[in-house]
Amino acid sequence: MTDDMLLEVRDLTTDFEMKRGTVHAVIDMSFSVAKGEVLAIVGESGSGKSVTSLSVMGLLQPPGRVVRGEILYKGKDLLALSKHEMRDIRGNHISMIFQEPMTSLNPVLTIEDQLTESIRTHMKLDKHAAAARAIDMLHLVGIPSPEKRIKDYPHQMSGGMRQRVMTAIALSCDPDLLIADEPTTALDVTIQAQILALINELRDKIGMAVLLITHDLGVVAETADRVVVMYCGQVVEQATAAQVFERPMHPYTLGLLESIPTMEDTEVDEPLYMIPGMVPNPLNMPRGCAFAARCARRMDRCVSEMPPLYAAEDRKLRCFLFDPEAGEEARS
Amino acid sequence: MDWPTAPAPGTAPDQPSESLIADEAMALGEVLPAGQFPEEDETFHEKPENQWLEMWNALIANRAAMVSLFFIGFLVLVAVFGSYLTPYNPIETNMANTLKFPSAQHWFGTDQLGMDIFSRVIAGTRVSLTVGLLAVSIALTVGVILGAIAGYAGGWVDTVIMRVMDMMLAVPSILLAITLMAALGKGIDKAVIAIGLVSIPEYARIVRGSFLSIKENDYVAAARVVGNSPLRIIFRHVLPNSLSVIIVRGTLGISSAVLDTAALGFLGMGVQPPQAEWGDMLGRARGLIFQAPYALLFPGMAITATVLAFNLLGDGLRDAFDPKARVK
Repeated sequence: MTDDMLLEVRDLTTDFEMKRGTVHAVIDMSFSVAKGEVLAIVGESGSGKSVTSLSVMGLLQPPGRVVRGEILYKGKDLLALSKHEMRDIRGNHISMIFQEPMTSLNPVLTIEDQLTESIRTHMKLDKHAAAARAIDMLHLVGIPSPEKRIKDYPHQMSGGMRQRVMTAIALSCDPDLLIADEPTTALDVTIQAQILALINELRDKIGMAVLLITHDLGVVAETADRVVVMYCGQVVEQATAAQVFERPMHPYTLGLLESIPTMEDTEVDEPLYMIPGMVPNPLNMPRGCAFAARCARRMDRCVSEMPPLYAAEDRKLRCFLFDPEAGEEARS
Repeated sequence: MDWPTAPAPGTAPDQPSESLIADEAMALGEVLPAGQFPEEDETFHEKPENQWLEMWNALIANRAAMVSLFFIGFLVLVAVFGSYLTPYNPIETNMANTLKFPSAQHWFGTDQLGMDIFSRVIAGTRVSLTVGLLAVSIALTVGVILGAIAGYAGGWVDTVIMRVMDMMLAVPSILLAITLMAALGKGIDKAVIAIGLVSIPEYARIVRGSFLSIKENDYVAAARVVGNSPLRIIFRHVLPNSLSVIIVRGTLGISSAVLDTAALGFLGMGVQPPQAEWGDMLGRARGLIFQAPYALLFPGMAITATVLAFNLLGDGLRDAFDPKARVK
């Protein structure tokens, strides 16, 4: 099993040392991505999804700092690598696409400059070969007449086109893992669908794994194999996508799914469900379960104790409802 | 929307990945006719004007900037070919012919040593422009490097560099230049170094500020993601984006360097006599303001016109670089 694992993150804890105190942005996060798999990390803004991806890429900016944990890529701990070795991993082995296609391309360089840059750095190709590969990549991501468009500047392209170019750059050195940090958030729905379809298609073609960071459960449903639900820097539920959507078990996941407007079985007058309350202040986290204050099924011990990650059935859940030692009465 | 409403059917049959995407999009319930991938119309893809060409057009439309540019071009010609244009030797004294009012023989008159002021103003052009350009080059090179490091690295590196810059800014630049000259000794080459050194903080500040905002852009993170080294990111990804700020600041900087040169000359610290320099000419003639105002008027006008031209050109460049300030 472990041999198939491309990326294994164990007990990753990332802190931000602020003047007013320390924010634990990611706490004891563990997950793994197998070869060719799409793993989605889901959570609301500030839940630590992006910090997780930046930690994996080694791109955390101060005051952010990984304080604990291991990030194993093909068995190698990325945290132990030198800056130079890490640069070789980035782009070549692990690549990333960002949320904002409008600002992710350098306005003063042509598409060709930006595409060939990583190709030349990592694949050691000469100018002509790199340009040829760049055109192939644009073709792969579905940009019409790539020989012409490659001379364009980013401002000559639409948002969807730019996200395709970003994807082309990210994939140009055949990475084994693509981290997609909200790749579709800034795009309108039709383009969203195209980009997701593209990522799926490329995964099948190239066989790369995808770590998909998103808050959009619709995106998860369309692409992910497995799902990690995050809340306040912690994993609260980890399961296959099918399990999550068919039978969500953690109260937070349940709340998330109920907050999505549906076309069917909704009375017109009925307001949309909303998880009550607010995300706790990261500088002043409650002692017990971070979700306790907002939880409909809160018990006494939730407020005083932090629930561990229980293995329930074939998923993982951070909730006392699934404590195998607790009596059946606690659950009802 | 980014493509025209009616994409021509069959525009992409030879591109399987596109039709596949269209099919997938269909399957996801999106409104895309089968087999039609939204192709961007060629009319959307006319080679648009080059960014620099657009700027140049905006600059041409600015009359004050264009007049300044021509005047600066004229000054450069005068500086280069000055020795062929002077009717008299600019350093030849003629004690029989002192303080003559402007006339057909001496267009701008003569000074208290009988030297031809017109010839001296022409000869002084070379000094002022050379010192201005060289001093700005020094300040720009050092300032851009320091500012880039401070802005990109941040943290304690930024603090150390910028506090040193603040210390330099705390002393009036001309006073600092005079102090430096006192340490280095007289001479035009020393003036270049002094003026160059004291204007470093201005450039360091402006480049740092521009780096601070540019490095937050996703494309800088993206450049890091593909495994670029910090130096490459600084010079290839960030610096070209702050070039407009640097060019504008540099142009305005030439005018203040010309002014500083004149000030040092006025105080007798620039060129060695009898070499001609505008500030030095003013300084020597300052006691004669009532007797022979022309001895101050012409070198003074030369300084004013040169400074004004570089200022107006700098303003014009700033407007040309700012797309929002461009008038349609």
